[in-house]
Order: sequence, then C-alpha cells, then structure tokens
Amino acid sequence: MKINLKVWRQKNENTAGKMVDYSVNEVSPDMSILEMVDVLNDDLIRKGDDPIAFDHDCREGICGMCSMVVDGRPHGPQHGATTCQLYMRNYKDGDTIYLEPFRAHAFPVVKDLVVNRGAFDRIIAAGGFISVSTGQAQDANNLTVEKAVAERAMDVAACIGCGACVAACPNGSAMLFVSAKVSHLNQLPQGKPEASRRAINMVKQMDAEGFGRCSNVGACEAECPKEISITNIARLNREYLKAVFTSTEE
Amino acid sequence: MKLDSKIPEGHMSQKWENYKEHARLVNPANKRKLDIIVIGTGLAGASAAATLAELGYKVKAFCFQDSPRRAHSIAAQGGINSAKNYKNDGDSVYRLFYDTVKGGDFRSREANVHRLAEVSLNIIDQCTAQGVPFAREYGGLLDNRSFGGAQVSRTFYARGQTGQQLLLGAYQALERQIGLGNVKMYNRHEMLDIVTIDGKARGIIAKDLISGKLERHFGHAVLLCSGGYGNVFFLSTNAMGSNVTAAWRAYKRGAYFGNPCYTQIHPTCIPVSGEYQSKLTLMSESLRNDGRVWVPKKKEDCGKHPNEIKEEDRDYYLERKYPSFGNLCPRDIASRAAKEVCDEGRGVSASGRAVYLDFADAINRLGLDVVKARYGELFPMYQNITGHDPLKQPMMIYPAVHYTMGGLWVDYELMTSVPGLYALGEANFSDHGANRLGASALMQGLADGYFVIPYTIGNYLAGEIFTKAIPTDHPAFEEAEKQVRDRLNKLMNAKGDTPVDEYHKRLGKIMWEKCGMARHAEGLKEARKEIQELRTEYWKNVRVPGDINEFNPELDKAMRVADFMELGELMVMDALNRNESCGGHFRVEYQDNGEAKRNDEEYSYVAAWEFKGDNTEPELHKETLNFEEVQLAVRSYK
Repeated sequence: MKINLKVWRQKNENTAGKMVDYSVNEVSPDMSILEMVDVLNDDLIRKGDDPIAFDHDCREGICGMCSMVVDGRPHGPQHGATTCQLYMRNYKDGDTIYLEPFRAHAFPVVKDLVVNRGAFDRIIAAGGFISVSTGQAQDANNLTVEKAVAERAMDVAACIGCGACVAACPNGSAMLFVSAKVSHLNQLPQGKPEASRRAINMVKQMDAEGFGRCSNVGACEAECPKEISITNIARLNREYLKAVFTSTEE
Repeated sequence: MKLDSKIPEGHMSQKWENYKEHARLVNPANKRKLDIIVIGTGLAGASAAATLAELGYKVKAFCFQDSPRRAHSIAAQGGINSAKNYKNDGDSVYRLFYDTVKGGDFRSREANVHRLAEVSLNIIDQCTAQGVPFAREYGGLLDNRSFGGAQVSRTFYARGQTGQQLLLGAYQALERQIGLGNVKMYNRHEMLDIVTIDGKARGIIAKDLISGKLERHFGHAVLLCSGGYGNVFFLSTNAMGSNVTAAWRAYKRGAYFGNPCYTQIHPTCIPVSGEYQSKLTLMSESLRNDGRVWVPKKKEDCGKHPNEIKEEDRDYYLERKYPSFGNLCPRDIASRAAKEVCDEGRGVSASGRAVYLDFADAINRLGLDVVKARYGELFPMYQNITGHDPLKQPMMIYPAVHYTMGGLWVDYELMTSVPGLYALGEANFSDHGANRLGASALMQGLADGYFVIPYTIGNYLAGEIFTKAIPTDHPAFEEAEKQVRDRLNKLMNAKGDTPVDEYHKRLGKIMWEKCGMARHAEGLKEARKEIQELRTEYWKNVRVPGDINEFNPELDKAMRVADFMELGELMVMDALNRNESCGGHFRVEYQDNGEAKRNDEEYSYVAAWEFKGDNTEPELHKETLNFEEVQLAVRSYK
C-alpha cells in the first residue's frame, strides 16, 4: 500500500521547524511504522536528501527510546503500545499520517523527531531510588512483601520513562511519571524510610525542570504505553502533602 | 605475551574467599583521587558505576542512548538465576556452578563460574533491597520459576520484565550517585577509541553525538560494559544501537578477543516477515516452561491451520529427542533441533522457517488466567507483531541471534590483556563457555558490576595512587583523536551511493548463512573472502549524509558497521580454527547423529586473538582450560 506522511523537520533546537510531505510506496502490513520510516530514509539517503532523525532502540516496546507523536497522539492511536509497536496493518492504502516530536517545554527538540528528555533522569537523581549501597542488603526472604503490594508496585514500576505522559498533557506535566516512581518505591516496605524525602525532592526537581501542573485532564493515562493509572497521581499528592506536614527534616 | 588467567590458589569453593582476603585495598582518601571511566550503562555498567562511586572513586559513565536507563539489558524478559534454594529442591552453589559449566559445553573457566554462582546469592538480596518488585507468593516470600538447562527452580522474575526491573534498580542506584556528584554522566556519547600510555589504559576518545564534537577523557582505569556483538548479523534480538565498537577499538589497542565465534541463537523468536525487517523479537524462554514445541509429522500438513492438525499427527520433537529435559533443553540444542525439522521440510509459516510453540495443554491444565498472569505482556506483544492470538492458536517461532558468549578476553580480575582496561558483562568472554543458559546473562552482568569489579579493581588501583591525572593534551590522546577523526572523515568523504544499512544487511546475510547455526569449513572460507570484498566496497561506496559536527545518526551507524565488518572476519577465522562442535558453535563436519561432537583433546582452550595490524593475520593465543571440579562429559539432555 501507499502511505502519505507529513513529518516535522527541524534542523536543531535553535531553528524553526516545519511539516514536510513525503510518501512511501509498497508499505507492507507486517512492517512497523518505524520500519516504514527506515524505508523512507533509505530512499532519502539515496536521493542525497537528509534522512529523518528519530529516536528508537529496542523496537520491542521496553526501552522507552522511541518518542514520536503519530496523528496527534504520543505513540500513535494504539492503546498500551509504543510507536515501535505500531504496525502498518492498522492503516490502509492512501492514508496520511502526521509524525511530530514529543512537544513540551521541558523536552527541547534535538533534531526532527528527537527530543531531549534529560529532565527525567534529573528527577530520578533527586529521589527516585532507595538508598542502599551495594553489600548492605539482608537476605531477600527476611523481608516479606504482601503479594498484592508487590503486584501494585510492579504495575507502576513498568513505566518506561518515555515521556508520552508529558507530551499528551496540555500543561506538559510530568506528574504521571513522577507518581509512578513514588508509588513504586513508597508502597514497598524497603522504600518507607525515605518516603517523605523522595516525594518532596522529586516534586521539587520536577518543578525546577519547567514541567507544568496537573489539572486532572487524564490524557497521560490514556496515552501511557504501559497503562499506568492516573490514581497514582492522587497517591503522589497524598504522599507529598503527608511529607510536607510531617517531615521531620529541616 | 603469555596469557595469565590469575586464578587464585585453593579449592574451587575457596578461591574467591582467598582472593578477597589477599587483594590489595585502596584507602578512602586515595579513592577520591582515582578516576574510573565506565562505558555502557546496562546491568554491568550501571551496577559497576554506582558501586564504585559508593566506594568513593570518581566515576565518569558514558552511554550512547539518551538516558542510561535505556541500555539493552532492559529487554531481558524471563529472569535471573540464583542458587538460593528457596524452593528446597536441592539447589546449591555447586549445582548452579555445575549446570553453568555443563550448559557452556565445558568451554568456560571453572573459577570464574564458581564465583558467579557464589555471588548470585548476594545479587537477589541487593536487588530486593533496592525495591525490584520480584514476583512473590501469597506468604510474601519470593517466587521462582524453572528455566532451560536446569532441573531445579532457581529463576527469580518480575513478570516478563525482569531485565527492565533489574536495570531500573541499577539505574536508580547510578542516578543516586549522579545526584550526589560522585558520577558524572555522559548521555548520547559514544566511545570511539581507547587511549593507552606506556601500555596502560589511560582514557578514551568519545564523540558527543548531539554536537558531533570529539572529547578526550582521562581515567586511571577504563571499564568496558558495552554489551555483545550480535548485531553483526544485522537481524538479531539486540537493540538497533547495540554495537561492538568499544570492544573492537579495545581489541585494536591490544586487548585480546576471546572466542569470537561463540554466538547464541535463541530458539524462541518471532520469525522474519520480510526484507524491510529491522530486528527480531524474542519471546522469553520462560514460555518453554508451559509451551510445547512441535511441527507436523507429515510435510503435507505444514500448510494446514495448526488447530486442524490432529494430536497424533504432531511431532513434539524436543520431548521425543530429549525426554528428561524435553521442552526445557538448552538453547543451542533447541535451536538446532528447530533448524533440523525445518530443513526436513516440516517447518511452518509461509517461509517454512518456523515451528509451533503451543499453550493449549497449559491452558487446559492451569486455566487461561494463570497462563496469562504468568507471561504478562508476552502474549499481547506476540499478537501485536504477528496479528495472531497465541491463546487461540500456537505461536510460530524460529531461532534468532540473541547473545554472544565471546568477547574481550579477561583474567580472573576481569582485566583484559591491557593493564587498567576491564571488560564486564556480555562484553567479556568469561562465564558462559560456548553456550549461555537462560537467566544467566542478568546474573553475570550484575555479578561483575556489583560484586566482582569493586574487589578486583582495587588490586590494580592500589598501584596507581601516585599516578596524577594525565593532561589530555598528551601525545597519546592527540594521536588517538586524530585516528578517530580520520576515520570519520574517510566515511563522510566516501560519497558513494549506497546507504549504510544495505551493507549491514549484506554482512548479516553472509554471517547468518555461513557463520550462523551450522558452519562448515568451505562456507567459512568463502565467508571470509566475501567479507573482505564487502569491506573494501563499503569504504569506497558508502553514502553518509549530513556533516560531522552535528547530530548525525547515520554517521554513528557507519562507524559501528565499519567495526562489525572487521569483527565478522575474526568470527569466521575463529569458527574455522575450532575444528569441533561445542555449544553455540556447530561445525557440520563434527557431529554424532546431529549432536555436537566436542574435541576435548585439542580444543579445550579459550581462543584469544591478538590484533597485529590491519593487513596482518591476528595471532592466536590459547588459554588451556583445566577442569578441577567438573568431569568433562558428553553433554546429554536425553
């Protein structure tokens, strides 16, 4: 089948970008959308044009590197999947697809569809961990964790840090991302001693990075490729308020 | 140079203790003065960088991705082995050690493997303390599952995302050290050369992939944790960016390359669908716990819908050939068996290169919900890629390149043949012999990073406390940077007409057909010639768009493929040298009714290749493998 593309092209962070039209012939329904862009890039290189820059790595939905907005939706129309998991059997001959970068104040464009998500790493560095240096651990089975709690922790630990929640949010808020990490670690007994510090420090860094506030739109949950629930944001708010009022730290 | 593996004295079970008791230490004040460079932030790199920083060393960590959390360890699905014996099913350090040596077809170094089995206990403790949400039983204790090549349940898991959760644990430990200012992180940076001064590793040349600028970094020691080289085959389960460049550059600076021909072909991957295919997707080996592998008994049934083929017309060939291990036989054996039935014309799918993995029995036995819960997102993942629901009809699978047991040769301390240069995780050759067992890659990456290098590096750095940081305008840095720049310019200026990917695909085809699941001398000789020709053409005729001093992923890829072209030839030479079949290396000339036939008398050694110049044959060094504990035997899973 033939697919028409409208792709955001932007040389670097400091230049203006624009949409450019392309078309790809002989698209197979078994191709992923990224493989279709590979085919287009092959053609562009042979013609002496600049190929489209896009982030990707594992191409199986787990590394969180691929990051484009497909037809206005981060990771495209398919629920609970990343861009690399979007297959062309979801499209028909003659369709037009829009490809744009994740857009958010805190995610500057590097080139074309590639953005800088370094802010997420800095939020984790501020508190998204349990302070246990190597060698300090007790025997793993000395600590029991209720199965349901472990399962809930796993549900949110599944976050791949792709940033779709931020790109989907009209405020460019990172609350779903931050709440996923806080929910993962604060629910587990291992994470309790630092629960307050974690919530306060991660929120502080989130604000410093220029992410917006949450206004309960719910787009983050709808677009999250790992289907992380917005109820975690409520938990983050609770953890944060509790921490602010009860923290004994200076 | 004579290969010295530096195996400590004493009984196998005492070696690591003995080593730790006598290794030199570096005091805290001196650690602050010592710089360590870590390349790669997967399980090995992230755990090493975090742990060394916790100890007080000054660490610089590099990854080519946009964040250290994206390293390809994240894609490991099934689990991590540990000899905890929480199941009370007879497991022990010795058994894990034995299974790993046997699984590796008696081509690994016993002392390293024993240490791996010992520290496997600590890994689970450490990861649990970090908040890794391992699967648990209702009593709140940790759950285990079984995996290929073992008769006990020793695999810990976090749904189908064990690698992700372990990596996030290590990544969070690393970010904590970054936040504390103990690690300086360089994202979107690729190491393009090692700098050696007076025979010791003293730094690297790295490219900032955003600006294209080359940078020089000094280190008292350099750790390569850059993963495996499966992408030499173009199609593999590796991430698109996984590459051999760091390891290959080290090889060209004097580090020996060990057993390059040992490649693991994983039996359960989604089959190839077309020429445009960019990578292959693995379906976790854990599926073989409950899935049964079969093909039709009769060729004429191959075109039928699988659900219409009667039970008596199905050949559950693994259960038939290997009754005691059945569907859980090791990867190399399961892969070759799949190739064999497809070669007989009994393969399924349009291409005839696939076999079925069937869950119907498990669903009947356990119920749909249990099966679904056990394999988390693997079923939807399969359905999404292929359009078929594996709960309603069997999966189609075929072997694909997955892991490379070969890698930089290291001694017991994980040091390469270049002093101060270390290799950890998949980047080294050390623990898996000729075949890796499932759930052992995660174990080895974390063992090396959390529990081995923190002890062994001190033994070297204790001798470096008087070495001041060497300024990066030293001639060795100048020379290394110039070589990198020349290579970049040469690729940019080739201005040919063919994109990098086409060459990479052609290389992959040669490797897969002639140095893949089955190899023979004639084919390998042809492959060597074909690779040489392809390489010459590549440098003349490749087209790299854009400029050097900008974000240019095509140029980065071109540099990686250039190194794969050289590595491919060494792999072929190694495969040709090894006139036996063992583990992942199957030479059709050496077999007993389809089973690999080892030649222990002549080939019970590690092949360590030394680079001698671009137009000179590399020199083969042999590290003889002495087995003190394990009796060499025919590896039988029947």
